[in-house]
Amino acid sequence: MSQETLQSVAPITSPSVKSVGPDLTLVWYGLGIAALLAAPFFFYPIFLVKVLCFALFACAFNLLLGSCGLLSFGHAAFFGAAGYVAGHAAKEWGLPFEAALVCGTATAAAIGLLFGYVSVRRQGLQFAMITLALAQLVYFLALQLPFTHAEDGLSAIPRGKVLGMFDLNNIFVLYYATAAVFLIGFIAMHRMTNSTFGQLLRAIRDNEPRAISLGYEVHRYKLMAFVLSATMAGLAGSTKAIAFKIVALTDVHWSTSGSVILMTLLGGLGTLFGPVVGAAVVVSMEDYLADSGLPINAVIGAIFILCILLFRRGIVGEIQQRFGKR
Amino acid sequence: MSMQALFGQLLVGLINGSFYAMLSLGLAIIFGLLGITNIAQGAFYMLGGFTTWLLFHWAGIGYFWALLLVPVIVGLVGAAIEKTLLRQVYNLDHMYGLLLTFGIMMFIQGMFVYFFATAGRPYAVPSALGGAYNLGFMYLPKYRGWVVLASVVFCFATWFAIEKTSLGRTLRAATENPTLTRAFGVNVPGLMTIGFGIGVALAGAAGVLAAPIYPVSPLMGADLIIVVFAVVVVGGMGSILGSIVTSMMLGLLEGLTKVVYPQGSNMVIFVIMFIVLLIRPAGLFGRER
Repeated sequence: MSQETLQSVAPITSPSVKSVGPDLTLVWYGLGIAALLAAPFFFYPIFLVKVLCFALFACAFNLLLGSCGLLSFGHAAFFGAAGYVAGHAAKEWGLPFEAALVCGTATAAAIGLLFGYVSVRRQGLQFAMITLALAQLVYFLALQLPFTHAEDGLSAIPRGKVLGMFDLNNIFVLYYATAAVFLIGFIAMHRMTNSTFGQLLRAIRDNEPRAISLGYEVHRYKLMAFVLSATMAGLAGSTKAIAFKIVALTDVHWSTSGSVILMTLLGGLGTLFGPVVGAAVVVSMEDYLADSGLPINAVIGAIFILCILLFRRGIVGEIQQRFGKR
Repeated sequence: MSMQALFGQLLVGLINGSFYAMLSLGLAIIFGLLGITNIAQGAFYMLGGFTTWLLFHWAGIGYFWALLLVPVIVGLVGAAIEKTLLRQVYNLDHMYGLLLTFGIMMFIQGMFVYFFATAGRPYAVPSALGGAYNLGFMYLPKYRGWVVLASVVFCFATWFAIEKTSLGRTLRAATENPTLTRAFGVNVPGLMTIGFGIGVALAGAAGVLAAPIYPVSPLMGADLIIVVFAVVVVGGMGSILGSIVTSMMLGLLEGLTKVVYPQGSNMVIFVIMFIVLLIRPAGLFGRER
């Protein structure tokens, strides 16, 4: 099978945006931050918190797919495992908010290193199969380890205070704390994709034999990207665990991995804001469908099928195609 | 630990191994021909089990007729899906094929959960295969022996059809070099439909065999397919015999773990996969590409 490129996936930032100069990126950032600041006055903050957690998760997934061309089918493992550890740290060890996040994120990074080490040497479909199977291992561990409480999961996780001062039980404080975490993760990932490291990853994605012949140890770079992606997924999972005070088996289940793929696909694979848009759409859709009595998984499956057959570029990708690239 | 329990679990392992073998064989055929990893294979297995149950409860059609009819029905459903949906993504990156079959799996399973709920439905063992043999060291329920036998027959028949018949030769030619095969006037798109149909029909047949053992439920194939993926990774892509041997081996190992360390039984195959990837990244029977 030929695995050299993902022709249909656009680079993570389209060159046209970059060529205009850095000020346009700053404009986008300004608008984005303004929207983040204003959003809780227009939407229910808890809903936005959920969107932001999944948006960060989808960005992490997109980081790996967009820059390396690696489709992971097991990202729920990092999201969920980090959630369990962060929740346990906050509830049983009584750690403050920030420390709990660090514990969860570090766990995801460690699992990412372990899984990445065996999986990045395989490509394409095999990589997807391996990550799916490894994630199932984490699922069964979550089912059986004592601290995860099997089917019950972790609940009543204390939210604590940000910086020891601001009580996260105030939903506005909770929202702004989550927004800050999201922004830190988002900017870090954006910086990374535009760095030399990010360029190198794209070079490997587009022509791996050539990158090898130039003397780069491609597996090591892929592994770094994998660990970074897992770490960011873990940050999202930890934040979600604390914000919603609950971690359950669904967080490590393959359906969550599928859900994050759908978010990225729907928003636009490889685009900068696509995963954020996709997360907003999928989270609102799931909230809406949960009360409608429709078969939620069948609807998600149908959207998957339609999306792949009719608009593969996703929402942001289609918009960029129409207006961005002239 | 009693010998009875040990052999009982090894038998269960052998049966699971038979299902892994039939599913991974179908996966291998589809992957070879279409370049698609069919994650919906588990859903077709479920479809097979459910159709068996429905044939009996709605039309009074019994087990042995179902064993003949269900693979055909599932194969036809598969062929229709190939013709309408999968065909659209052949010229795209392989990733889209995987995602498309993932959507198909979610849709089929979601619909069955919606109409039939998730509870398992029992299916009676056919009376001709009821009872058990006393082998001296253990009791062998006739039906369980039959499942192993039948799946070996199914796998062997598929292997024979692919390696020894003229349709099989054409299929292999189309797998090897579709452009050239087409130039010889062979209808390659038609072969792809047939190939996908055969691949999912195997999963459907496994579903029929499973119906009297495992309760028929819409989610019966959801976790199974992930195990089968791990089995395929362990065995390595490419060798039919290799994937059958790996399936049986891992099934037995899983059964053995159930006796020795029951908590680990649903994890052991994934752990083996991890170790194999560390030592032999291409899988036991695969070649490094």
